Amino acid sequence: MPTFVYMSHCDGCGHCVDVCPSDIMHIDTTYRRAFNIEPNMCWECYSCVKACPQNAIDVRGYADFAPLGHSVRVRREEEKGTVSWKIKFRNGEEKNFVSPIRTTKWGSIKSPAEYDRPEASRFRSQELAHEPDLLNIDGGLPVLDPKRLKPGAV
Amino acid sequence: MGLFKRRKTIQVACDILVVGGGMAGCGAVYEARYWGRDLKVVCVEKANIERSGAVAQGLYAINCYMGMQWGENQPEDFVRYASNDLMGLVREDLAYDIGRHVDSTVHMFEDWGLPMMRDPKTGRYQREGKWQIMIHGESYKPIVAEAARKAATEVYNRIMVTHLLVDKRDRNRAAGAVGFNVRTGDFYVFRARAVIVAAGGASHIFKPRSVGEGMGRTWYAPWSSASAYGLPIQIGTKMTQMENRIVLTRFKDGYGPVGAYFLHLKTYTQNAYGEEYESRWYEDTKKLVGDYVDRHPVPTCLRNHALLKELAHGGGPIRMVTTEAFQDPHKETVGWENFLGMTIGQAVVWASQNIDPKHTNPELTTSEPYVMGSHATCSGAWASGPEDYAPGEYRWGYNRMTTTSGLFGAGDASGGTPHKFSSGSFTEGRIAAKAAVNYINDAGEEPLVDETEIGRLKAEIFEPLENYAIGRNEIVAGTVSPSYILPLHALQRLEKLMDEYCGGITVNYMTNEPLLNRGLELMEMLKDDARHIGAEDLHQLQRTWEFRHRLLASESVMQHTLFRKETRWPGYYYRGDHMTLDDDNWHCFTLSRYDAETDTWSMEKAPVYHIVD
Repeated sequence: MPTFVYMSHCDGCGHCVDVCPSDIMHIDTTYRRAFNIEPNMCWECYSCVKACPQNAIDVRGYADFAPLGHSVRVRREEEKGTVSWKIKFRNGEEKNFVSPIRTTKWGSIKSPAEYDRPEASRFRSQELAHEPDLLNIDGGLPVLDPKRLKPGAV
Repeated sequence: MGLFKRRKTIQVACDILVVGGGMAGCGAVYEARYWGRDLKVVCVEKANIERSGAVAQGLYAINCYMGMQWGENQPEDFVRYASNDLMGLVREDLAYDIGRHVDSTVHMFEDWGLPMMRDPKTGRYQREGKWQIMIHGESYKPIVAEAARKAATEVYNRIMVTHLLVDKRDRNRAAGAVGFNVRTGDFYVFRARAVIVAAGGASHIFKPRSVGEGMGRTWYAPWSSASAYGLPIQIGTKMTQMENRIVLTRFKDGYGPVGAYFLHLKTYTQNAYGEEYESRWYEDTKKLVGDYVDRHPVPTCLRNHALLKELAHGGGPIRMVTTEAFQDPHKETVGWENFLGMTIGQAVVWASQNIDPKHTNPELTTSEPYVMGSHATCSGAWASGPEDYAPGEYRWGYNRMTTTSGLFGAGDASGGTPHKFSSGSFTEGRIAAKAAVNYINDAGEEPLVDETEIGRLKAEIFEPLENYAIGRNEIVAGTVSPSYILPLHALQRLEKLMDEYCGGITVNYMTNEPLLNRGLELMEMLKDDARHIGAEDLHQLQRTWEFRHRLLASESVMQHTLFRKETRWPGYYYRGDHMTLDDDNWHCFTLSRYDAETDTWSMEKAPVYHIVD
């Protein structure tokens, strides 16, 4: 299902252009609206569909193997913290699914710079940021006895 | 930008440069900031880190989690599992390192807001299998990107990095990278004291099963353009296990994942006649690999092998039996959400073909080969091991430093460590970044960049635009020119060549020495033609450089496949002239080094160390 854009919905805002991982959503210079310039490099990841404020982007299954008459629509709502899907089969059957997308507020992650500076002695240890605490185990970071590494087939 | 308009050069000086803002890159940025409070940490990404890399579309599971807090697995168990799955050839020192750190990464993701599923009885993370936990991961990448943006000094989106820079005085030391902005066409020069390559592995180096509009529906993302390999290979960094390509058994056409289906939903496969077929090929497989076939779980390549044998025997199509499990509404929901969370295209295929797995058992197929270092194979740069236990032969510098001083690898770029997946790749980025901070703190003089070299690279990078602008005038219209080929032409020639000579789908994954040698001859001509690619615009210029990285990675795959004279992983590929596994001669890693000056490859073996009780 490479993506396509409905002429009557798109207002040319460019959110899809900004987010597309494959760089295939571009603005048509005549119509000032977005379109998929390279459908055969589309992964059907729906990043542009989810990002479109006008719900102007949809997908039509790849012509190689997908018969017409289906649709898989999505609405991603950051404030509600959900993503909702509606699947419509070629034969008209429908299925709906809703999943959570995040449990915390958007923007709430702390920069690592907001934590206390690591002590000088920790730089040469094998521990990474927030370790060993964040491992939730007793005894600290696991260590391998170097003598147990032996060359050859087993 | 027009050809003759003045092109700006943007200079960026930093301490740590992270190339690629996927999972490994975001992990590197986070950790670099934690340890390097006063360092300038820059992340450069060809797309937008909000949705870039293999996790752009989301994930429904985290496939690498020990669960040490509940005594579920220990790092050693993980090492044995990964080594077993790859027929004994894994850098066990690096894998152990992933295992001991990965849980803290996953706990961090949960703190950040990633919705984890929990087992209602135990309260622990819901297991999909022994190593996998289930998540609602639609926003996995946006969440991780938020952390990376907070940690980075600067994130540069839409910059395609084309080359790494080396120190003028010591050409075996990294000094930065160059590339161009795919929107403005500006030339970017990044000078750095340490560079972490966290770019993507290789899709589209072998001809995909769909070659029309659906060619983008590869299993691995089409934007994973082998920069993880193309960048370090160019400057002579040693690579390992590049022959260890992966072939995936997946739902047909959409390449929807089967992990949750096998492990959680307990669906199973059968042939066209409703028969179990894997045991039928047990003796055949044993003749090829001996006792490896008896190991548990059965290595993935060997399960592929049984499926391929069954298909060749006329038992196709192979189907996943879903009709039993999907009668349970909870399992049906999991089955669908699994796709919607990470491979939406499979839901589209099923909707379009009226395949409701409650009533129809869907077909499975084997994919075209991919080359990568984060999923279930381990191609990548040969990296130095952890300081506290890695054997001397694996330790020449800082953890995850490649054979190029100051150049680190993580995720797909770091070789020998399979089964990292998303969480392990992020973890490896963290490991590499902490080591890079120590490297910077220890290093004396800053690397010095050769200005002449930068000028030469700038001309080379933008040459495809000139090729097109000049050659285009020769012809009336259309895509056929005697002077240039388009990036897609070049890509499709590469895919066909790799497919036919290096063991792709149309030859049932079979190759041999004469085929590889002929393939290399044809590749030489493709390398010449690669300098005559015409790019109509900046987007096509990006495609050109993605192709160039894929080409270099492919040549490396050819050389490694030629070097290893055995069939180590039947089901991934076959050396027809050496059809059996040969532990006497090939229980080793293959290493390569490319010399750009002479355009030659040198190959060597390196020992495998196992953790022995």
